[in-house]
Amino acid sequence: MATTTEAEQVTPVGEDSSWYERLKHNRNWLGFLFMVPAAAILLVFLAYPLGLGVWLGFTDVKVGRPGQFVGFDNYAWLLEDDVFWLSVFNTFLYTVVASIFKFAIGLWLAVLLNRHMPFKSFLRAIVLLPFIVPTVLSALAFWWIYDSQDSVISWTLIEMGLIERPIDFLGDPNNARASVIVANIWRGIPFVAITLLAGLQTISPSLYEAATIDGANEWQRFWRITLPLLTPIIAVVMTFSVLFTFTDFQLIWVMTRGGPINATHLMATLSYQRAIIGGSLGEGAAIATAMIPFLLAAILFSYFGLQRRKWQQGGVDD
Amino acid sequence: MLKSTRRDFVKGASSLALGAAFASPALIEAARAWAAESPWKPEDGAKLRMLRWKRFVQSEGEAFQASLDAFTKATGVEIRLDSEGFEDLRPKAAVAANIGSGPDVIWGIHADAHLYPDAMLDITDVCDHLGGKYGGWYPIAEHYGKGRDGKWINLPITISGNLINYRKSMVQKAGFDKIPDNTADFLKLFQNLKKNGSPGGFALGNASGDGNCWTHWILWSHGGRVVDENDNVVVNSPETVAGLEYVKELGENFVQGTASWLDGHNNKAFLQGACSVTNNGISIYAAAVREGMKDVAEDMDHAFYPVGPVGEPTEFHVAFPMMPYKHTKYPNAVKALLAWLMEKEQYDAFLQGSVGYLSHSLKAFQEHPVWTEDPKRTVFRDVAQRSRSFAHAGTLGYAASTVFADFVVVNMVAEVATGARSPQDAAKRAQKRAERYYKV
Repeated sequence: MATTTEAEQVTPVGEDSSWYERLKHNRNWLGFLFMVPAAAILLVFLAYPLGLGVWLGFTDVKVGRPGQFVGFDNYAWLLEDDVFWLSVFNTFLYTVVASIFKFAIGLWLAVLLNRHMPFKSFLRAIVLLPFIVPTVLSALAFWWIYDSQDSVISWTLIEMGLIERPIDFLGDPNNARASVIVANIWRGIPFVAITLLAGLQTISPSLYEAATIDGANEWQRFWRITLPLLTPIIAVVMTFSVLFTFTDFQLIWVMTRGGPINATHLMATLSYQRAIIGGSLGEGAAIATAMIPFLLAAILFSYFGLQRRKWQQGGVDD
Repeated sequence: MLKSTRRDFVKGASSLALGAAFASPALIEAARAWAAESPWKPEDGAKLRMLRWKRFVQSEGEAFQASLDAFTKATGVEIRLDSEGFEDLRPKAAVAANIGSGPDVIWGIHADAHLYPDAMLDITDVCDHLGGKYGGWYPIAEHYGKGRDGKWINLPITISGNLINYRKSMVQKAGFDKIPDNTADFLKLFQNLKKNGSPGGFALGNASGDGNCWTHWILWSHGGRVVDENDNVVVNSPETVAGLEYVKELGENFVQGTASWLDGHNNKAFLQGACSVTNNGISIYAAAVREGMKDVAEDMDHAFYPVGPVGEPTEFHVAFPMMPYKHTKYPNAVKALLAWLMEKEQYDAFLQGSVGYLSHSLKAFQEHPVWTEDPKRTVFRDVAQRSRSFAHAGTLGYAASTVFADFVVVNMVAEVATGARSPQDAAKRAQKRAERYYKV
């Protein structure tokens, strides 16, 4: 009897109930409803600006003036524009070299900081400093370090009798490229080091103990235990690191503005110069859009390459 | 009487710790008398929003604020004043034009009003009135102020001078009493300075102010130009190549590091004595005075750029016009404000507060004492009458702005000065880059 009463109290969702009642109790519909706010935010704040940026790349819109659809005109011009190609070269050089160094030094620092040592917490905090300092401030510091007359590096080397005149850090194209890459490495290392350190701390010490009992030396322990178990984190960290480096703007803008003679212009800085300062929004958007395939490739490489689980566990992927 | 009170006020205001500035009773009284006679009567309940670039010097900002304050007290028009860096201000000015909303007046840079002339309020009556009252506008002011149909679309309130800064002792040691007035001797000066171990130098990096100013001078001084009167790109010319040949020789004598110099580098090098001759506004001198660097302040001076083979001044100085937007709900209030700011009492105080950073665009202010009380400022008095626009010899608009912003001339000169390209190749490349924006 009681069962009957309870059953009667439940709102019937049968063929004769209203569509609203049916919808209200439909789990799929409710799931969709809960996703709507997040989806709306993604659409409005991510998908729409991205779509608009891509669209602008196909127009000749100027700042303050609506433009017309011009098809691939902007891209056709960029193909012939040697400043654009120089910025592509610079961006790749900057990203590849800086990322390799950031990974190598970051991993090395993470392994060092994972050991028991005096003042461990203090040292870990110190390593984070370059990441905490605002980018513009660190760029200004490097601006002084690389000064053509008063560089502290040049001064030290002159005092030591190793060179006779100051090094032209930012005036020579190759020196300038190397200098901005060093600044980026300095700034990016803490992110890699601290994140990898977090990853290292998730590895069970018993694995190392077992390996030591089996006679594995330090290098073998690193190669057979640390690296494979760290790979998922490395994948994530390096994906972000590559994305940050590829889209870097502030360091270059403060230190060189893309000079000398565009030798340090990255795609991001050239896009800003053309779109905002020059007013050619369409062309600037085309340069920014041209970055997307490279960024997607970096993400896909990380996703499909570094996150293969069998490979991480020492096996072979299908 | 009023002038004296006004100056006293400005001097007093400079010492205000918070930098706030309020109009003196005398100034408010003058504003009330002016408002009663002004042909532009602000609308009832008018409120204005103004956006300007961040001030160079505190005294200029305070003088300007005091003028606004007096205007508010005399007319009842409330004014909200915001400030931004140049590069943040330009996109905002464009967006305001694009969407028809935002500040009523933007005090901008260069010739942005010419990018969206239809969004600008016609202020021909104000500018004609001011021109008639104050001896007329300099041609460069008219060039920047008027749209293509001859109507005034922005108020060319001031031009900021960019001239040769030099160390007198070093120049004298190099065999010259002062900066030579012709480019041939100027080259000899640079060669001698280098021999003496006290080289000069100009910014070759992407320096939007100093870099653009000196490279346009050198291009024009030899008869080169980016476009002709019909906006045909003509930068790849024998005249340009001649100018670049000159740059090649001049650049060999530059102090090390100029290829990376941005706008601030030459100031620093000059103040430290590492650079004997460069181009700049009056800011190096002002900094030397402000910081108590007596040796530098006393030993330095300013000069016009030397005249090249074309036989006339070919200088480029930066314009800072005020852009009144058509979308304003209070056009009469805007016109009244612009007129008030340019009236003698306000403009005198503005020039005085600017201490040479900013120069007048109306001829009547040629005799202002700010230009003679310190002889080292005097050359900055004449920059409006000597300046060409960056669009020379063509029209102001998108193409000229983009070529300018993309450092086409700066890069061309830098390529030659650093030996990266021959003069011929650099001119050809600049031609191709400029043609893109002039849509050949």
